Amino acid sequence: MQINTPKKTKSNVVTMGPPETFEYAPSIESTEIVKIDKQNKLFINGKFTAPKNKKYFLTYNPATEEVLAEIAEAQTNDVDLAVKAARKAYTGVWGKLSGKMRGRYLYRIARIIQERAREFAVLETLDNGKPIRESRDIDIPLVAAHFFYYAGWADKLDYVVPGKKVSSLGVVGQVIPWNFPLLMAAWKIAPALACGNTVVIKPAETTSLSILLLAKVFQEASLPDGVVNIVTGAGATGSALVTHSDINKVAFTGSTEVGKLIARSIAKTSKKLTLELGGKSAHIVYADAAIDQAVEGVINGIFFNQGHVCCAGSRLLVEESIAEMFIEKLKTRMNQLRTGNPLDKNTDVGAINSKTELTKIKKLIRTGIDEGGDYFEATGKIPDKGYFHKPCLFNNVSSAFTLSRIEIFGPVLTISTFRTVQEAILKANDTPYGLAAGIWSEKGSKIHKTASQLKAGVIWANTYNKFDPTSPFGGYNESGFGREGGRHGLFPYLEIK
Amino acid sequence: MSGLNKNNIRIAKTIKLFIGGDFPRTESGRTLPIYVHNSKILYAHICRASRKDFRNAVVAAQNALNTWSNKSAHNRGQILYRMAEMTEGKRQEFVETLTLTLGYTKVAANKVVDDTIDAFIYYAGWADKYQQIIGGVNPVSGPHHNFTSPDPVGVVGLIADETFDLSSLVAQIAAIISSGNTLIVLMNENGGALLSSLAEVFATSDLTKGVVNLLTGNILELYKHFGNHMELQSICCQNLDEKIIGELRELAADNMKRVVFSPKASLALQHVLDFVEYKTVWHPIGN
Repeated sequence: MQINTPKKTKSNVVTMGPPETFEYAPSIESTEIVKIDKQNKLFINGKFTAPKNKKYFLTYNPATEEVLAEIAEAQTNDVDLAVKAARKAYTGVWGKLSGKMRGRYLYRIARIIQERAREFAVLETLDNGKPIRESRDIDIPLVAAHFFYYAGWADKLDYVVPGKKVSSLGVVGQVIPWNFPLLMAAWKIAPALACGNTVVIKPAETTSLSILLLAKVFQEASLPDGVVNIVTGAGATGSALVTHSDINKVAFTGSTEVGKLIARSIAKTSKKLTLELGGKSAHIVYADAAIDQAVEGVINGIFFNQGHVCCAGSRLLVEESIAEMFIEKLKTRMNQLRTGNPLDKNTDVGAINSKTELTKIKKLIRTGIDEGGDYFEATGKIPDKGYFHKPCLFNNVSSAFTLSRIEIFGPVLTISTFRTVQEAILKANDTPYGLAAGIWSEKGSKIHKTASQLKAGVIWANTYNKFDPTSPFGGYNESGFGREGGRHGLFPYLEIK
Repeated sequence: MSGLNKNNIRIAKTIKLFIGGDFPRTESGRTLPIYVHNSKILYAHICRASRKDFRNAVVAAQNALNTWSNKSAHNRGQILYRMAEMTEGKRQEFVETLTLTLGYTKVAANKVVDDTIDAFIYYAGWADKYQQIIGGVNPVSGPHHNFTSPDPVGVVGLIADETFDLSSLVAQIAAIISSGNTLIVLMNENGGALLSSLAEVFATSDLTKGVVNLLTGNILELYKHFGNHMELQSICCQNLDEKIIGELRELAADNMKRVVFSPKASLALQHVLDFVEYKTVWHPIGN
C-alpha cells in the first residue's frame, strides 16, 4: 500500500490528519450471487406477465454502460390489467384478511429479504450505481426493517389514531424514484399492505431490477396473487397508473415538478394523495460545532449516494468566523473520497444513475460557473467508462443563484455564510422546499432554538442522512405532504372515520 | 342592532372587515346589502372584499405567524378560553343578529351561541395537549434520540360554508389557530352580518393582531385568489361544490398548498391535525 506524503497548504503549514489519498487494493464484491434474467416481464396477479404490445426497453449498469437486461414497458392496457388484479385481490382476499394474517405475510417477506440480502445489495448496486457499502449496509437492511416494522402494525391499527376507527382505502397506485429503488419500494408497499390495501407500483425506468426480485420474494412468501402488482416503464406508464379511475390513493416520490403534475392531474377526483418531493436542504454549521465531526456530517450530507438524495444537505450555511478554515477542511476531505467502481468496497462515491442525470448535473454546474460561483472539484481520477462525477462544491453562492434554488440531485454542494442564529434560520428557510435540514453545534439550547424555527420535516442535529422505519420522513411546503415511516406513515393509507 | 326600520331609529353598527387587528372598509368601496330575514328591509351593507383586501389579510396573517406560533401552548389556550368569555358577553348581540338576518328562533340562536362557546373552550383545551397525543419519541435503531412533534402548517385560508353555521365556523377557526396557525376567513352574505360581533370577540381576547382576519365578500369572485396565493400554506373549504374544490386543488398544486375539505366542523382532534406538519428531530446519544 502506497501512502502519499501530506500536502502542504498555501500557508506552508503541513496539514494534520490523513494524507489526501491512500492507494487501496481493490476489494470487489462478487456478482456471482446475482442472476439477472435477460428479459423481465411485468408482475401482475402473482405472475410474470408479458406486456400486451411486447415492448421492452434496456436497463444499464451506470458504472460500465453495459446492458444488464430488457425490461417490459407497460402500456395503459397492462396498467389496467394490474389495477383489476389489485382490485380483485382487495375485494376477494386482502381487504378481508385479518390484521394478524396480513402481518404474518409481511413478517415472512421481511425474513426472506434478510436471507437474500446480499443478492439484493449486489443487484441494487449493479442497476443503480450506488456503492456496495451503502446498498449492503444501509439500503437493504432498512428494506427488511421496514417490512418488519409495519408487519407489527397490521393488527394494531385501532391504536393508530386515538379514539378513531380506521379502515383501508382500496387500491393504491405508487410511483417511486431511482435513487433508493428497493428502499422506496419498501417505504411504499409495507405500510400500504399493513393497512389492508392492495398495490400497483411503478419503479423508475432505470432501476426496475431489484423490485422485480422482490416480486419473487412475494411469490416465495405465498403473498396472495394481485396484492402487489409491478408495472415497469417510464413517465407514460406512471401517468396511466395515477390517472386510472379505479385507484383510491396515489403515493409518489420524485421530483417536485412531476409531483405538481400528478397533483393537478388528480385534483378533480376523490383520490387521496401523498407526495414526497424534492428538497434543497440547508446544512447549518455554527462556529461552536465539533468541527471535524461537522466536516464528516457535511460530506455525508451531500455525497452520500452521489448526492442522489431528496434530503441531501446541498446548501451549506457556515458561520462566517470559521468559514475559511471549515471549507479548507471540506476540500481536504473531498480529496480523500474515492469515486469509482460501486462494487469496490472501498468506494465512497459511486456512479451517477444515468447519462441523462449526469448531463443535467454538468449543465447545472456550468450554470453555477457562469453565474460567478467559486467552483472546486475534488482531485483524483474517475473511471473512463461509466457515468461518474467528482464531488464538487461552489463557494460564495448567494440565495439568488440558480444553484441555491434548484435541486441538483448530484454531488454538488453550495456554500454561503451567516453571522447570527437569526440569519442562519432566515437563509435556511429561504426556499420553497422544506424536506430536511442539518444543524451542527455543541450547544443544546441553540440546537433546539434552531430546530424549532426551521421549516423542514426532518432535522438532523449533529448528524445527517439517518433513516429508520420508526422515524417519520416527509416535507413541508413544496417538498410534498404526508409522512412515511413511523405511526405517521400509516395515516396516508387509512380512512380515518 | 337591528334593521333600518322607520319606527325604530337605533344606531346600526357599520360592519367592516377585520384585517391585522384593524377594522378597515374594503379598499374597493364595494358593499353587499344584507336584509332582515325573509324581507326586503335592509339590515346593513357589508363589505365586498377585493383581491387586494385578501392580499392585505395574507400579509397580516404572515406577519402574525411567528409571534402566534411561538407563544406557549398554554398561552394560546388561555386566549382561546378568553374568546369563549367574550362570546358569552356578547350573547345578546349574536342572538339578535342570528334571529334577524338568518331567521333563527331565539331558542335556536341561543343554542348556536352555546355551541360556539363550547367550540372555543374545547379547542382552548387542545392547544397544549394535542402535541402529546400525536407526537412521540421514535425508537430508532442506533444511538440517536429521535422525536416527532407537530408544527403549525402556516397561513391558512378558510372559505366559509355557503350554508352558514356559526358554531361550525368557530369550531374550524378555533381548531386552526389552536396549534399556532394564522388565518384568513372568507364569509359571504349568508352570515356576513356576524362578522362584526365575531371580530370584536377576536379583537378583545388578547389575540395577536393578524392571527384571525375576517373578510366578507363574494366567494365565487375570490376563491381562485385563495388557490393562487403563494404565501398561503393551506386552504380549508367548508362546503363548496365539487367543481370548485377540484379547481382549488389544481391551483393549490403550484405551491403544494394542503387543501382540506372539512364540512361542518365539530369538536374533534382531527380538525387540529388537518393543519399541522410533523417535524422529526434526530440527535446522537453518546459522549
